[in-house]
Amino acid sequence: MRKLLFQNFFRGPLTERAPALDEAAVEELATALQRAARRRLGRSLSIREIDAGSCNGCELEIHALSNAYYDVERFGIRFVASPRHADVLLVTGPVTKNMSDALERTYRATPDPKWVIALGDCARDGGCFAGSYAVVGGVSQIVPVDLHIPGCPPPPVTILQGLLSLLDRTAKNVAST
Amino acid sequence: MPSLIDLVLEGRNIQQHHPWPRVVVDAQIWQFAASELAYGRWTLVGLWGEPSTVHMAIMDGDATAVVSLDCPDRVYPCVAKHHPPALRLERAINDLFGLSAQGLPDARPWLDHNRWGVRSPLGNRIDAPATTSPYRFLPTEGDGLHQIAVGPVHAGIIEPGHFRFTASGETVVRLEQRLGYTHKGIEGLMRGAGIERAAQLAGRVSGDSTVAYAYAFSKAAEAALQLQVPDRAVWLRALLAELERLANHLGDIGAICNDASFGLMQAHCNVLREDILRAANTAFGHRLMRDVIVPGGLVRDLDEEGKASIAAVLDNLHVRFPALIELYDNTASLQDRTVDTGIVTTALAKQYGAGGYVGRASGRTFDARRAPGYPPYGDLRFEVPVLDDGDVNARVWIRIREVEQSLSLVRQIMERLPGGPSNVPIAAVAGAREGMALVEGFRGDILVWLRLDGGRVDRCHLRDPSWFQWPLLEAAIENNIVADFPLCNKSFNCSYSGQDL
Ligand code: SF4
Repeated sequence: MRKLLFQNFFRGPLTERAPALDEAAVEELATALQRAARRRLGRSLSIREIDAGSCNGCELEIHALSNAYYDVERFGIRFVASPRHADVLLVTGPVTKNMSDALERTYRATPDPKWVIALGDCARDGGCFAGSYAVVGGVSQIVPVDLHIPGCPPPPVTILQGLLSLLDRTAKNVAST
Repeated sequence: MPSLIDLVLEGRNIQQHHPWPRVVVDAQIWQFAASELAYGRWTLVGLWGEPSTVHMAIMDGDATAVVSLDCPDRVYPCVAKHHPPALRLERAINDLFGLSAQGLPDARPWLDHNRWGVRSPLGNRIDAPATTSPYRFLPTEGDGLHQIAVGPVHAGIIEPGHFRFTASGETVVRLEQRLGYTHKGIEGLMRGAGIERAAQLAGRVSGDSTVAYAYAFSKAAEAALQLQVPDRAVWLRALLAELERLANHLGDIGAICNDASFGLMQAHCNVLREDILRAANTAFGHRLMRDVIVPGGLVRDLDEEGKASIAAVLDNLHVRFPALIELYDNTASLQDRTVDTGIVTTALAKQYGAGGYVGRASGRTFDARRAPGYPPYGDLRFEVPVLDDGDVNARVWIRIREVEQSLSLVRQIMERLPGGPSNVPIAAVAGAREGMALVEGFRGDILVWLRLDGGRVDRCHLRDPSWFQWPLLEAAIENNIVADFPLCNKSFNCSYSGQDL
């Protein structure tokens, strides 16, 4: 183990520079955030992920955000275990009827102020599962959504752009009050 | 003792079913098949319904067959009564089609949580207003027992499901799973879908196995249509499948070690995993290689840039992976957690026909690439690693060995990739045509069975390997401490979405 640690010490970090903000995501976000004034938070953002019936593809890319290439903690973004600790709910999947209660209860368990991000094509409107007897068809059918990040699944960079634009906007709001 | 072949001769053969025989049998032969499963002479590989028929896919050594039983009265002789691995499948058939297995030992709904607004959605639909009805967990009796309820929303970033632990102090005396939370009604959406849309749906049954599902679906459709795909497509498909296996195994090895609080391993494995996803993106235009394999071949061919990016990843893996194996092998504190933890006995793995690393870590040699086998694997050199210990450690080692095998397979495929087109157009064929395929995904064998009718899907069933692995996790955790559950669970890494459908 020591050898490996030693090698890495000299190899230099793999972490890449933060991506530029995506125009469309920023715009969608700006409108959403106008409605929700945010003063209490600093730069640190706590996210609770909720799988509302995804195929697990979106989860894989959320996981990838923590690998050494993206390393989201450096942006002050943390994934937390409890909705009680969360500012943002990151919801994936078409929202199956069997998960809709759990989603709603998790939302209610999250303290204000809070934001909901619908991640992935099926979180918007059910995607390719829309119309099934077993799905509600999109996160906004159950809880209010502030931002949608498209993709099937969205690659880590796209997720990161969405999250960063949320943070960026938040910081400006704080500064202007 | 009659063999599966003898039994097939007894039934009415369905001509349009490929590549293995399907026969319609009577209740007596159906029950005979169930008893052969119970005696352990045959292996159950699938059990699914249609509005008034039940089908059972069986393996006997190298022979594979489907036996079907018409049940106009909506009842059929129960298989699970004799052979427990059929239990959840029969509960699901009841939920979806309203066909009941006579004498089913556990008649609780499985996928139906009373939220759909409809009963037996794929059979005789009956409107049923959504209600919250409590699920009756199995009773546990004894002094000082307490229960721990976990989920469906878990602490980590994982799929939803409910685990009900009964513990005596720190020791788990029973785990009961309740799944079905991610049920999307995929088999319902398949009905009447065109082949292209159906292939997309298949690729979204379980995101981590999107290649393997698209592969299995395409092979089943091609079997139904008796369509031969070009050589290049055959080889490219195997390339995608092995890259998917590599990426997932690396992710799993890291995640298992992380659940034993050894984050260093995860940090390194996830870098290697990311390298593969990036190469896949360069080569096939999608990190998870989704929607690349379609009936008829692939939508995208491999160009020189793609080849170069895959070759670069292979070289890097060859250099870096051995150091990680050594790290795993030499870290005693890590092995202290994984050795002897969460044991699945060889008898249970055999009884359940557990596929993938769960089966192969518990003495089951089955690998669909070998038997029944499919091209190009017959032309490739690879070993199927098998261990008998059945613990978390064995499941890690099987993955490590399979990473090595897949690395070699990818190399062989790249060297010998034939030229020519990478797809053929598919033409709709009139009349009902049936096909079936078994494809080895990273998690185990995926079964797809379908009936096409005039270019549309009439019925498609997709059986995830997790159906025969989830129940073994309940057995594996018994007498382990609660704190070892995440470790055991990760070493199985069963799919929720794949089994919930
Ligand atoms: S958006 Fe795509 S990857 Fe994400 S859950 Fe839906 S089907 Fe899966």
